[in-house]
Amino acid sequence: MKISEIVKLLDAKIVCGEEFADREIERAFASDLMSDVLTTPFDNGILITGLANPQSIRTADMMDVSVILLARRKKATEEMISLAKENDAVIIECPLSVFHISGILFEHGLKPVY
Amino acid sequence: MKFEYHVEGGDFLNAGNASGNIKKVLKKLNVDTGVLKRVVVALYEAEVNIVAHAYRGTITADISPQKIEIVLDDEGPGIPDIGLAMQQGYSTASTKVREMGFGAGMGLPNIKANVDDMKIETEVGKGTKLTLSFNLG
Repeated sequence: MKISEIVKLLDAKIVCGEEFADREIERAFASDLMSDVLTTPFDNGILITGLANPQSIRTADMMDVSVILLARRKKATEEMISLAKENDAVIIECPLSVFHISGILFEHGLKPVY
Repeated sequence: MKFEYHVEGGDFLNAGNASGNIKKVLKKLNVDTGVLKRVVVALYEAEVNIVAHAYRGTITADISPQKIEIVLDDEGPGIPDIGLAMQQGYSTASTKVREMGFGAGMGLPNIKANVDDMKIETEVGKGTKLTLSFNLG
């Protein structure tokens, strides 16, 4: 699924990395606990999280995950955006809950990690 | 090839800077992607540990064609019971650390799962020295 399709389905907004909207995404993982993200390989995936601080961007980078979807109306901070730019990462802001986002994306064919 | 980074305790804004830099270096050196992922995950967990628990520390990465050795040497409270610290789910992390998405008692076990060899030297009231080794080739 293209990032642009994800954004459309969720009525979400890309706040960083608009130029990568055509990237294809295969799977998603949802967690607010970065320790769990660090034990879950999901290359070419999307991280759905309510954790709006630089550590979510940093953790995604460590796992080679270049799309971070902020749930629950969380806003990306300036530090998050500048870090994401450095890593060619995409940040998406979405007003929906993690459960709601996951349901929509799962229904449209995005795969779980396990 | 040797690299050294300074890490400040409590500085969550920059936690992961050293790991991010070392990741870039290893990528440029075309280190095998499987090994690269293990190095980066273990190192990032260990760097976050310094920020979360210690006052300050240094990270030294020594890269040779045969192996990568990373030493994380901190001035801090030390670990009173290593057995307990290695147990999954045990944590002494502050609320601030938990707000950052860490402190679930998974750091040291996840570091151990990703390295080829790990050595912990610690002294209560002084600090902790963690040596992580990864074999190449």
